Amino acid sequence: MIVPAWNEEGAVAQVVSDVHRCVPGVPVLVIDDCSTDNTVLRAREAGADVLPLPHHLGLGGCVQAGYKLAFELGFDYVIRVDGDGQHDAGDIPRVFERLQTSGCEMVIGSRYIGGVAMLETGLRGLGIRFFRAVLRPILGRRVYDPTSGFVGVNRAALDVFTRSFPLDYPEIEALVVLQRRRFRFEELACKMHPRRTGRSSITAARSLYYIFHVLMGVLINVLRYESRFHRKPKGG
Amino acid sequence: MHSLLQITTVLSICLLLMVFISVRRAHIRVEYSITWFMASLVMLLLSRARPLLDYATRHFGIPDTPLTLFLTIGSIFVIMFFRLSTIISSLRDDNIALAQRVAILEYHIHTLRERE
Repeated sequence: MIVPAWNEEGAVAQVVSDVHRCVPGVPVLVIDDCSTDNTVLRAREAGADVLPLPHHLGLGGCVQAGYKLAFELGFDYVIRVDGDGQHDAGDIPRVFERLQTSGCEMVIGSRYIGGVAMLETGLRGLGIRFFRAVLRPILGRRVYDPTSGFVGVNRAALDVFTRSFPLDYPEIEALVVLQRRRFRFEELACKMHPRRTGRSSITAARSLYYIFHVLMGVLINVLRYESRFHRKPKGG
Repeated sequence: MHSLLQITTVLSICLLLMVFISVRRAHIRVEYSITWFMASLVMLLLSRARPLLDYATRHFGIPDTPLTLFLTIGSIFVIMFFRLSTIISSLRDDNIALAQRVAILEYHIHTLRERE
């Protein structure tokens, strides 16, 4: 289990405890994106391993660091939940089971299928509808919750993500990265709670920038010169 | 037009001096200073070569000589900014990969120490 966290001292301990309770014995790695509060301390107190980043990389860089470490340590499956406590740890066993049995490279915990939650009104809902429409022809199928951070991947997807993972707003672009490799994904109905503490980094004012940024990222990933995916890290 | 060329000359000399001082103080690396030296030299050359500007204006059918000067200088800087953006992008990628590697290596060291 990986949990990206940035200034989540109010929620991260509960997230780690919930994961330990729901999937006992599964290692939990909190990737701390250079928090200025006590996130690292709270996560360690709750029994998680912590990967503290030397400086703030943003969500994509933070998640990719976790994927890289999990890949190096030889894990076959990695499930990511956010450090703000919005994802229900009780859904983790179902995501893991689906990941093992479906043969898909990625399983997404989705709020918007199975009547779990209604799509929000306002700019956020509009943005999700927009990206559903953009992704449908690219992915060749409908995706209900393209912005979900509750994601499980197998080792094949992990291998790809260690080399190529979007850095700023990764969820939507990551789907396109996998699609280019003809990898499959499934969505599974999952519950979503309100944030325990703190605020989302995507405020109303930043939503338009988010939409433009992600749209550019999607288009560039579709058109990207393939050899860049396979660029080996320098010196390695 | 004459005063515009004079101002461009002064600006290009100022730019040349700034780049030179920055290189001497190691505020800018030599490989990146070359682009700026080239740009300021082209600006200086254009501002001192009125016949060349007039020729280019006629040749490309530009309505005005000052416009040729601005188009040329503008193009140079757009290319330079693009080049610098590619350098910054590459450096950012490297920087993120390096930060991730440092964090992972520190994690391994921490794990090994705990085992000992």
